[in-house]
Amino acid sequence: MAANGQIKIFTLKIDGKDVSARSDQTVLQVCRENEFFIPTLCHLEGLSNIGACRLCMVEVAGQRKLLPACTTMVSEAMEVTTTNDKLAHYRKMTLELIFSERNHTCSVCVSNNHCELQFLSQKLGINHIRVPYRFPKFAVDASHPYFILDHNRCILCTRCVRVCDEIEGAHVWDVSGRGIQAKVITELNQPWGSADTCTQCGKCVNVCPVGALSEKGRSVAENTKRSGFLPYLTARRKEKI
Amino acid sequence: MKAKIATTWLDGCSGCHMSFLDIDERLLAIADRIELVYSPLVDNKVFPDYVDVTIVEGAVASVDDLAKIKKIRKHTKYLIALGDCAINANVPSMRNPIPVQEIINRAYVENAFIHDVMPKHPALPELLARVMPIHEVVPVDVFIPGCPPSNDTIFYAVAELLDGRIPDLTNKTRFGA
Repeated sequence: MAANGQIKIFTLKIDGKDVSARSDQTVLQVCRENEFFIPTLCHLEGLSNIGACRLCMVEVAGQRKLLPACTTMVSEAMEVTTTNDKLAHYRKMTLELIFSERNHTCSVCVSNNHCELQFLSQKLGINHIRVPYRFPKFAVDASHPYFILDHNRCILCTRCVRVCDEIEGAHVWDVSGRGIQAKVITELNQPWGSADTCTQCGKCVNVCPVGALSEKGRSVAENTKRSGFLPYLTARRKEKI
Repeated sequence: MKAKIATTWLDGCSGCHMSFLDIDERLLAIADRIELVYSPLVDNKVFPDYVDVTIVEGAVASVDDLAKIKKIRKHTKYLIALGDCAINANVPSMRNPIPVQEIINRAYVENAFIHDVMPKHPALPELLARVMPIHEVVPVDVFIPGCPPSNDTIFYAVAELLDGRIPDLTNKTRFGA
């Protein structure tokens, strides 16, 4: 965006094709508008972008490093590559590492057949995980009257953290620990059921891309998500409807 | 010459074999092209010296599984990991975060109403500390994910192999399918 807040129109190249974009758009937004496929897990339309999952990495001419499309703003004459062997290699490896970190037992998961991690693994052609699984010991928090938190399935995308803070305004969720010890927590690592700040709205459950957050009473493959509310809600708030 | 085919199960539920049998009459269509030399479905108790394609269901969970899969790999040209247990250790691996002795104790002593003793017999294979996917132990040539993979998927994979092609199953199945 220009310094005076005026939005410009840029022309850039994506995979050799000329496209135009508004100066306030991210590379990911422009790619999606023009139907270039870029896998994402932490990104969700309506939430802030944090570039955490690293699946949306693209090549930008003149940049030595790969850049996350979700946090990279467009610029004039930018040349973006969305698909090549190197990107496919890194995306696959990233997804495989996510699988190996926790216990994603798809066949008995509440989100089987409704899971973004599962769909992406198929889309990227992953039929086995080349690194050894860690099989960590994680707890399940079923203390909430309506919802369940299963750390075994969590991919630390932090969509729950952001939707609760940015949209619901309750900020029940946070991330504690670092690296492999990191996990999402409610309030100051108290059981979810005892979290007074939780409004029980269920936004976190509906934006969770995997089976980490689910509604109580759902069995295997029954945890359907409704994240479509988010872009409408944010758009309406912007327009103050 | 007929292709020598073997199938076996390690730590699984036999569901993948059920799905395999669900190929039904299409099995007859390929029957004159294959010879089933070893399988839970046939009598042969000894794994043959040479097999073209071995289809393995289940994860590697015991010392017995470990010995079996190593032997199979040695005598097999194309090794197929069939189903999620073979590929990602699936449900059998849910014991992995817990020490083996604790699990056995829980099952045979703590929760037993009668005869609460730890099982011990030379015929009982010792459990490994950690249940593993097959490819963590030996190289695997073809992966068919699914719990279980559909009969169509299995048939497609076998038919492709019989025609001398490595099957591409990306659009046909996935983990948990």
